[in-house]
Amino acid sequence: MDLRYSESENEFRKELREWLAEVLPALPAKPGPHAWDERRAYDTGWQRMLFDAGYAGINWPTAYGGRGASLTEQLIYLEETTRAGAPYVGVNFVGLLHAGPTIMTEASEEQKAAHLPRILRGEEVWCQGFSEPGAGSDLASLSCRAVRDGDEYVVTGQKIWTSFAQVADYCELLVRTDPSSKHKGITWLICPMGLPGMEVRPLRTIVGSSEFSEVFFDDVRVPVTQRVGDENDGWRIAMVTFSFERGTSFISDLVETDRTIGELVKLARRVTRRSATAWDDVALRREVGHLQAEMDALWAMTKRNLAQADRNGVPGVGGSVMKLYYSELLQRLTDVAMRVLGRAGLSREDVGGLESGAFVEERLRSTSFTIAAGSSQIQRNIIAERILGLPKDR
Amino acid sequence: MDFELSADQVALQDGVRNFCEGRFTIDTVRRLEASGGIDRGLWTELAEMGVFSLRLPEDDGGVGLGWADAVLAFEELGRALVPGPLVWTQLAAGLVPGAATGETIVGGLDRDGEVALVEFPGAIDVLLVLDEHGAFRVDPRSVVLRSIDAPLDPLTPVAEVAGLLPRGDQLLDAEGATALRWQGAALTAGYLLGVSEASTDLAVAYSRERVQFDRPIAAFQALKHLMADMLVRTEVARGAVYAAGVTLDDPSVGSVERAVGSAKLTAAEAALGNTKTSVQIHGGMGYTWEVDAHLHLKRAYALEPQFGSRDEWAERIAELLDALVA
Ligand SMILES: Cc1cc2nc3c(=O)[nH]c(=O)nc-3n(C[C@H](O)[C@H](O)[C@H](O)COP(=O)(O)OP(=O)(O)OC[C@H]3O[C@@H](n4cnc5c(N)ncnc54)[C@H](O)[C@@H]3O)c2cc1C
Repeated sequence: MDLRYSESENEFRKELREWLAEVLPALPAKPGPHAWDERRAYDTGWQRMLFDAGYAGINWPTAYGGRGASLTEQLIYLEETTRAGAPYVGVNFVGLLHAGPTIMTEASEEQKAAHLPRILRGEEVWCQGFSEPGAGSDLASLSCRAVRDGDEYVVTGQKIWTSFAQVADYCELLVRTDPSSKHKGITWLICPMGLPGMEVRPLRTIVGSSEFSEVFFDDVRVPVTQRVGDENDGWRIAMVTFSFERGTSFISDLVETDRTIGELVKLARRVTRRSATAWDDVALRREVGHLQAEMDALWAMTKRNLAQADRNGVPGVGGSVMKLYYSELLQRLTDVAMRVLGRAGLSREDVGGLESGAFVEERLRSTSFTIAAGSSQIQRNIIAERILGLPKDR
Repeated sequence: MDFELSADQVALQDGVRNFCEGRFTIDTVRRLEASGGIDRGLWTELAEMGVFSLRLPEDDGGVGLGWADAVLAFEELGRALVPGPLVWTQLAAGLVPGAATGETIVGGLDRDGEVALVEFPGAIDVLLVLDEHGAFRVDPRSVVLRSIDAPLDPLTPVAEVAGLLPRGDQLLDAEGATALRWQGAALTAGYLLGVSEASTDLAVAYSRERVQFDRPIAAFQALKHLMADMLVRTEVARGAVYAAGVTLDDPSVGSVERAVGSAKLTAAEAALGNTKTSVQIHGGMGYTWEVDAHLHLKRAYALEPQFGSRDEWAERIAELLDALVA
């Protein structure tokens, strides 16, 4: 077991840090939550800067134009960019971390050539059309129907919770091609957004902005050439993608959670009740120290996961454990922050000279972390059945 | 960076595990209650395994390994619930003659504000006492003890110090004593990690066998989620415990104090959380003396306050954090 970074890993960190110090101060101001065109331009502009500097697709193989970085370098990349406050992957999330990797492993050469370079350069934005009103945790029960008509699929149905649908160019779309089979009747399509018969209706989220939408399909014609893999093989393909999602994609959230603990300390020092600060309260200090101890442990576990993924090609038990633990830890952390804030928590804007708004926002935002990408209950099912080998419920 | 066990470490882990499975079956462990938790012959076998001399240089009759290896060995001792002042004797190797070879059984106690209880009073040859000035070697026969008939853990007999604790011979200064506390925290965390795993295994095995409402209780989601949480607590603690060992060996990779604190805290959390859950999953059987679940639970409680409780470490880590955050 070795926790030392090699010379080349340290060099990688140093170069990245220098580059970030150079470019971040020159970035334009972050657009507001409702300015979707500006948000797209901001996120894809950042992606283009990464591309020009050789950091785009940090986890993508060099054969597809990526950096082909080792897992340790990816960890360093996520750590440094998050610490430095660099823009989050944002609207590029699905393209870079989901659709892109799926296309790499499953799509035809034409499809790869059409999409991968554009995703890397920030020219193409993707969304994920998986969930439906009737198919959430039980995703394989999805019913959005695609019927073959000559060399086209005719798609009718509805998707929901589709993040970034209003600014996306393409949707990775799961459709039902065989109603007589559950898992073996699903097909994976590259669906261009804005085809005739498609309608995007933004939904207002708990934080007030429209991060996700409903997408309606009414006899939408998608060419068969847009299919990835075989007809009815879409479930397997989607599962391949999930294994990417559970590898390194939560690391920046982890770093962010760690950073938030430090911010909480700063906040608690400034909040005063009667004559003492919140930080003078030993009960609070213990609680924060406890969270930090857990966070450190989780970070160490993440490094073990990466080492195991490096050896075996797939992340160890870690993926589900990490997702479950950090999302619940973040909620406990933001709960403590709300308690420290007291009535200052009534405002999502900074009040009383405190940097309070970000905590209130984070408390609300973090409620989604135990729901999206496999809810906490689903993660516990996975751990119980796949790791502990306990019998299925049914 | 490669935070995975080396081939040698896997071999060490397997070696200690096989040894424990052969020599410290749960029946053997239970029988040790009658002899105050310790059998000299078995203690010598532990020493011959290298459990105490592990970190000593080969020239001094040791194995020349590090803390990262030591925590792995202690994880296995914890899994088997091997009783005795294992941590204190391992800390004393190289400090107290005979500790490494098993001839001298070393117990210990930290005087800082605790009720003064001596563990394994009938078996120890040397008592190591830590206080704010350093580490001291005390002859246990010179300590007036009040015997206690009902210890929390039947395999951790205790006696109360009656009157003043003799000062003894100073072995280490204050700094040395602090280092021992951190090292002791890491080893104890390793042991607790093993207890967490053993209690998970016990609960999982029982839940697969026990049938109610015409199915194994393991099929009930309420219990599956409890057991998933057992695994989660264990895996998170494992990260911290192994990191503590590595950081003790090479302090350039991080703060030793924070690493051992995180290890001790999360391992205690895992051990207590898991052993309580295991009792619950066993139902009425969990409340009996016959089933091992209570032995895990009691050992976890016995070790929680050793080398810094969860509260103490949480407070200390907050202090360290406070110093870091501008
Ligand atoms: C912020 C956000 C962004 C999202 N973005 C996208 C996106 O871009 N594309 C997309 O396709 N989807 C997206 N989703 C959808 C997400 O994947 C689903 O919300 C998730 O799969 C849960 O499905 P559901 O909402 O239908 O809840 P349900 O599945 O109805 O779950 C409701 C409750 O029941 C519990 N439950 C369900 N099944 C079980 C079970 N077997 N055992 C125990 N408990 C169970 C759940 O844990 C939950 O508490 C997003 C969601 C959020 C919150």
